[in-house]
This record gives sequence, structure tokens and C-alpha cells, in this order.
Amino acid sequence: MLDMTCTRGSMGILMTEEALLKILETDARLSDQQIADRLGVSVAEVAAERATLEQEGRIVGYQTIVNDDNEGVSAFIEVKCTPERGGGFDRLAERLSRFDEVRSCYLMSGGFDLLVQVDASDLLSVARFVSEKLASLPGVLSTATHFRLKTYKLNGLHFTEEPSHQRISVAP
Amino acid sequence: MDWNRTLAKQVVDLPRSGIREFFDLVTGSKDIISLGVGEPDFVTPWNIREAAITSLEKGHTTYTSNYGLESLRRAIAKYVEGFFHISYNPIGEILPTVGVSEAIDLALRCLINPGDEVLYHEPCYVSYAPSVLLAYGTPKPVETSIDDLFALNPAKLEAAITPRTKVLMLNFPTNPTGSIAPLETLQEIARICIKHDLFVLTDEIYSELRYDGVPHTSIASLPGMKERTLLLHGFSKAFAMTGFRLGYACGPSELIEQMMKIHSYTMICPTITSQEAAIEALQNGTPAMQEMRDSYHMRRDYIVKRFNDMGMDCHLPGGAFYTFPSIKRFGLSSKDFAMRLLKEQKVAAVPGTAFGPCGEGYLRCCYATAFELLETACDKMEKFCDSLR
Repeated sequence: MLDMTCTRGSMGILMTEEALLKILETDARLSDQQIADRLGVSVAEVAAERATLEQEGRIVGYQTIVNDDNEGVSAFIEVKCTPERGGGFDRLAERLSRFDEVRSCYLMSGGFDLLVQVDASDLLSVARFVSEKLASLPGVLSTATHFRLKTYKLNGLHFTEEPSHQRISVAP
Repeated sequence: MDWNRTLAKQVVDLPRSGIREFFDLVTGSKDIISLGVGEPDFVTPWNIREAAITSLEKGHTTYTSNYGLESLRRAIAKYVEGFFHISYNPIGEILPTVGVSEAIDLALRCLINPGDEVLYHEPCYVSYAPSVLLAYGTPKPVETSIDDLFALNPAKLEAAITPRTKVLMLNFPTNPTGSIAPLETLQEIARICIKHDLFVLTDEIYSELRYDGVPHTSIASLPGMKERTLLLHGFSKAFAMTGFRLGYACGPSELIEQMMKIHSYTMICPTITSQEAAIEALQNGTPAMQEMRDSYHMRRDYIVKRFNDMGMDCHLPGGAFYTFPSIKRFGLSSKDFAMRLLKEQKVAAVPGTAFGPCGEGYLRCCYATAFELLETACDKMEKFCDSLR
């Protein structure tokens, strides 16, 4: 009747890709040991699962989320373009993505085809990038550039959150 | 003013909560990691907060019926039927209250004549004995122990019954031990209650927060028990809505009607904002609740392993968000251990004795605390335990 032992790995059923990714998406700095402790599995299992996810390309990288609202400028550019026979938009999108200025690039449904986020030191640099590099690429039909004014939330994190409300420290 | 003459003896004689005493100590200290809270560390899910905001926006700022909103009672009836598999009539068998605490107070005042005895299992929530005393009843704790994983032992229960025993209070999963009552134990308790004609108040506020993989069973759902049981539940724990102060009682209309009478004079109704938010919780709150439960589950497994590794014998609690590790091997009383832990490592855990004398030798540690803080708290506690060897 008396079970004094901890059921090691009772969370084993949850030691899935999802569980590991959920933890890493919240805090990528956690060590494999810390993750193993949280999931109740061995470090080796975490390391193996992580390696698999990295190899499969599910985990693309580990980055820090920086509030850069006060540094440089960021623009979201709607790009209309002509799809290529056989390759659709992929080749153009990949070519576009090679520019260092491009922070993210998505294929979109709706009124335009690619959404490109460009980071630069000032407005002029963005304007130059659009007119000289982006718009001149073969296949690009038109662009519409929108400048970011303020970030409220990024990757699930609130940028402007007030200090959190504290619970009382001892309660029944 | 002669306060000795002015204040009611009944209240002056009421002991201060042991947890309150500890609270005063912790409040005066800085940079404490507290495992002493009794509430979720999550903010109420946004859809529920949004429902509260909408309620205010629409100008719903009035009293409701003393029975609460009928729409809320219908939502409660549906939820209770789905979760507990018991059907209650939203007209007359369900009463929304200001937390389960109010419902306990109302029920005891409706059931107890002076001198009637009320049984409950200890260690237990701090309000049970005082609530019985305030209703002029006699509290009769039945000790539970690690041998039964802090579930109520039916033989000990039966031995405590006297001709004056009228009510049995149950709380599974239990605050502070996190214990659950196995189905066979509940069935045996039900048999005893029927045999001795006892009425049961079952506080099942933690019932959604179970991690043992066994579906929760309420004693009210066992044969012959619905007619002699008041099922108490609420929104504080599973839906992280402690500040909304909303609970409910489900039971025989004869009792609910009497409870409503006191409620109508003393409370009128719970806040309408909370009632409307609660409807959203019942109808659309389950996914968020399950996510919170999974998070508690992970933290429970972590903290129990850490405690056992550092030499505190800790059973794996089946529910709620508390662990109740034994500190007996360190040769300190619960209070001394907790005080020194607070002073030397700045970690607050509540001495087991705050929940009854048989909590001596134990601590209540709540793991509804951010994982990083749990890790740091465990490191500090480990250091403290090592220093005692």
C-alpha cells in the first residue's frame, strides 16, 4: 500500500516531441538535465530526442528574443510576384531570403504572395533595399512597404507587460 | 470599552489559524521563495477574464437571484453531470456561493444543533474545525496517517462515531496532503454513513486536479448517497479563479433551501461578474484547465523526486497541488524546521501542524510555483537538509 518511491518517468507518456518542444519554446536555455528532471526521463532520452528534432529540421535554431523597437527600423513588405513554371514561388522566395537584410519571409494567401520582414539601420536603407534589390529581382511585380512602429507581442511574449500581480506569500 | 464583556466569547475563544501566524512571519521577510501559497500560479485564462470584462461592459452590475443566475445553475448542472456523473436540478438543488468556504459555513449552520458532533479527517483545511465551532457544533477530527497515504481509514472513522455524530466532512483530493480516497475506501465510508445515518459534506474543490490516471469519483455518486450528501465545488483551483470567489453547493433541495435562507440574509448573492465569468469557465474553460493540470503534474513529479532524493520521505500525492513530505528523520518539530528553513534558506513551507496536530513531522509544500523557483527552492532545501545531518 505504502508507495514512498517516486514514479520515475510517470510523465513518460508525455515525453514526446510536443513535450520537449513546448519546454524549449518557453525557455531554450534549459539544459538537457533540467528538461530531463522536469519530464521525469533520463538525460540520454532528452538528448536523443533533441538530436532527432534538430536533424529533422523541426528545431531550426536557438535564439534570444530582443526588444529592438528603439534600434534601427523594421519593415514588413508585401510582395506580389509571378510564379515560375514547376517551382511556384519557392525559387524567388529562397533567393530573396538570402539577403542579410531579410529577417523573415513567408508565402501568404490573399492579396499578395510573399511577406518579407526587413531590418535595417534607417528608413533610407530599407528604401534602397526595396528599390535596388527586391523590386529589381526578376518575377517581382510590385511591393508595398509597411514600417513597424511598436512591438506588443512577439513569439508569444508580451513586450509591454506591466509588473505581474503578486500572490500573497502564504495562503490556506 | 470593556472588550472582555463586549466581544463574543465564542469568537474570542476561536484559535488563530496556524497558517496566519506563519503568514505574518513570511510577510516581514524579503526575497522569500514561497511554497506556502494555496492557489494556482496561473492567471485566470483569458477567455474567462474576457467574459468578466464583457459582463461589466454590458453594465451587468446588479444583484442576481439569491439562487444566483439560472444560466449559471444550468451550466453547473451540465458540468457536474458530465464530470461527477450526478444529476442535480438547477431549480432548487444548486446554490452558487461566495467560494466553497461560504457553502461550508451555510451547510454547517443548517445541519448542526448545539453539541452535535462533526467528523472530519485530519490533517485538513484550516477552516473546518472553526466553521463547526461557529455553528455551535463539536469538531471531532479523525486522524489520518501515511500508512493510509492520508486517506480516511474507514475503521478509524467508524470508531469515532457516537450517538451525537451527525455530519462527516470529506475533502479528496485533500489540502494539505494531496491524498485521494481509493474507490473501495469511498464505498466503505458510504456504507458506514448509511449505517449510522450520517450526512456528508464533501469538499471536492481539487477534483479536476488528479494525476493518478483514475477518473475522479464523488461519494455523492455512490448508491444511496446523493440524498445524504452535499457536494461542494467551485472555480478557484481548477480554473485558477481564486479571486473571483465563487463556489457552489449541490444537494437535497430541503437543505439547499435552508442554506439559501441564510445566504439571502448574509450574502444576497455572489458578484454577478464572477457568475458570468464562471459560465464561460464551465462552457469553454476545460482546455486551459487541462493544460494547467498537466503543468502541475510535471511539477509534482519533479518536487516529489527531489524531496525523496534529499532525504525527506514524500509520498506521491494523487491530486491537488500540495506535497506533504515527512521531516521526522531530522529530529526537528514541523514548526522549528519551517522557521529555520525560512531563516536560513529563505524558503517558506507551512508546518504540517497548521492543519491539525497529526500534521506534526510534516510540511506542506505547494508546487503551484514557477518551475525555476521550484528548482531553486529544492536546491536551497537540499542544502538545508544537508546542514541538519
